[in-house]
Amino acid sequence: MSAAPQRAKAGAEKIEVIVSAVLPLNNLVTRFEFKRKDGNHFPTFSAGAHTVVHMRDGDRQRLNPYSLMSDPADTETYAISVRRDDEGRGGSLFMHNNVKVGDAMEITYPVNLFSLDLRAKKHVFLAGGIGITPFMAMIAQLERSSDPWELHYSVRTEALGTYVDQLVSKYPNKVRIYYDDQSQSINLENLLDGQPLGTNVYVCGPKGMIDWVHKTAAAAGWPDANVHSEEFTAPQPGKEFQVRLCRSEKTITVGENESLLEAMEREGVDAPFLCRGGACGQCETNVVSSDGEFIHRDHWLEPDEHGNKIMPCVSRFIGKSLEIDR
Amino acid sequence: MSKFQFPESIKSRPVYGTLKARPGKYHLMIADAEGAEAILHLHEQDAGLMAKAHIIYIPKGSNLGERLRAIRPAQYYEGPTYEAAASRIERVLEATHMGTQIYLTGTEGLMGQAMRACMNAGIPHTAIQTEHRGSVARRMQCVHCKGITEDVETDPFECSHCGLNLFVRDHYSRRLAAFQGVCIDAEDPGNVPEKVELYK
Repeated sequence: MSAAPQRAKAGAEKIEVIVSAVLPLNNLVTRFEFKRKDGNHFPTFSAGAHTVVHMRDGDRQRLNPYSLMSDPADTETYAISVRRDDEGRGGSLFMHNNVKVGDAMEITYPVNLFSLDLRAKKHVFLAGGIGITPFMAMIAQLERSSDPWELHYSVRTEALGTYVDQLVSKYPNKVRIYYDDQSQSINLENLLDGQPLGTNVYVCGPKGMIDWVHKTAAAAGWPDANVHSEEFTAPQPGKEFQVRLCRSEKTITVGENESLLEAMEREGVDAPFLCRGGACGQCETNVVSSDGEFIHRDHWLEPDEHGNKIMPCVSRFIGKSLEIDR
Repeated sequence: MSKFQFPESIKSRPVYGTLKARPGKYHLMIADAEGAEAILHLHEQDAGLMAKAHIIYIPKGSNLGERLRAIRPAQYYEGPTYEAAASRIERVLEATHMGTQIYLTGTEGLMGQAMRACMNAGIPHTAIQTEHRGSVARRMQCVHCKGITEDVETDPFECSHCGLNLFVRDHYSRRLAAFQGVCIDAEDPGNVPEKVELYK
């Protein structure tokens, strides 16, 4: 044995799974269920956790994070619900078009960046569209512990109301659905007014909805600590750029449709990551030198760090030269 | 000026700020002694707060109560001690909702106990504003008999319950709203250093 310190591989530990069910829920959303390949139990997870699904798409490796939406106490099966994004980078399309029952896949151990605050006296969930998924697990967890909660769920149309029927029939007094096509919307100011002390609000949905909830709650005097949100930012395409990796002594080109993190992985550089969505901070990398402009898309770095750090999972660069410490 | 700059210390020691007017549906202000000056300052920042404010004030011998009354808060209460005001504070917190802003100012003992009441009601401590004013005396818990001695001004001091000679630590408990006092002459009974006034 060498005396060198053991180096952990990037990302959370992986679990080999078999796809046990593929259930289309409506035109856009399909649920995928997984069982462990070795027949053992999955670890229990805390509601709000996500897993990163590894997809082998030809010679391309795709890694997409999805919220675990099954009951956290169910250790037989993990489930995710994937919304097909025809304009996206192809991960969700791959899941919809290529993944079949019986397929072997790899997913990571659950990582939670959107956990319940169990000190809360009451939990109010605000979901927009596919943002419902983490709340499915949270509701299961809170029902078991008999903690008070309510859900306000905004969907485009009745036909696209993922899990609406199930939620409304099971919890008729705790769930309210808002249909965009019927001009129904969450009256947030009214909803926040008069909530008991110790209420926590959780929002998962499009960026505009998340910003709106944070802003409205702050204006109503709610502490930041009581307002939780989760938004996975998919890496956006952008102009090709070159980057020098000074620790690996490599110069690589980041293609139009891949992220800096993905380009490093393609080149065999073991770069750290967890969420791949600009939220967790794991992939934070120091900038050694740069001549150009950063396009920061993460929710992690403070504005004063923007010159000397970059989050390779979602952020890009335009300019003459970039050298990072990786 | 009633403000005192505490020297830097261990992480456990509370750090106080300066009260600022924040948006809210209701403003609960709890103060003792010279803490009244911080509330008067808050009123200077934003007189509009007072229409939705409830001031709970324990003068502790100061005569600033009349000036607080004069800024016309929606509700004003004056009580002789924190203990006398405690049931009122609890009742107010029971009835209040999200969107309430909390402002605590005055001595460490007052702020600590009021903060504990707010935390028990479900407000995260990070959302509670504090500003120290007036005496630097401390609320101390004897780690041996668990008795609390209020307004400790010297180090060491005698526990008002069991009589041990206690060393004043910066180690603070939010749950107890008190600093920890530890026997200073346990190994050599009677060998007690000279009492020194805190921060002198």
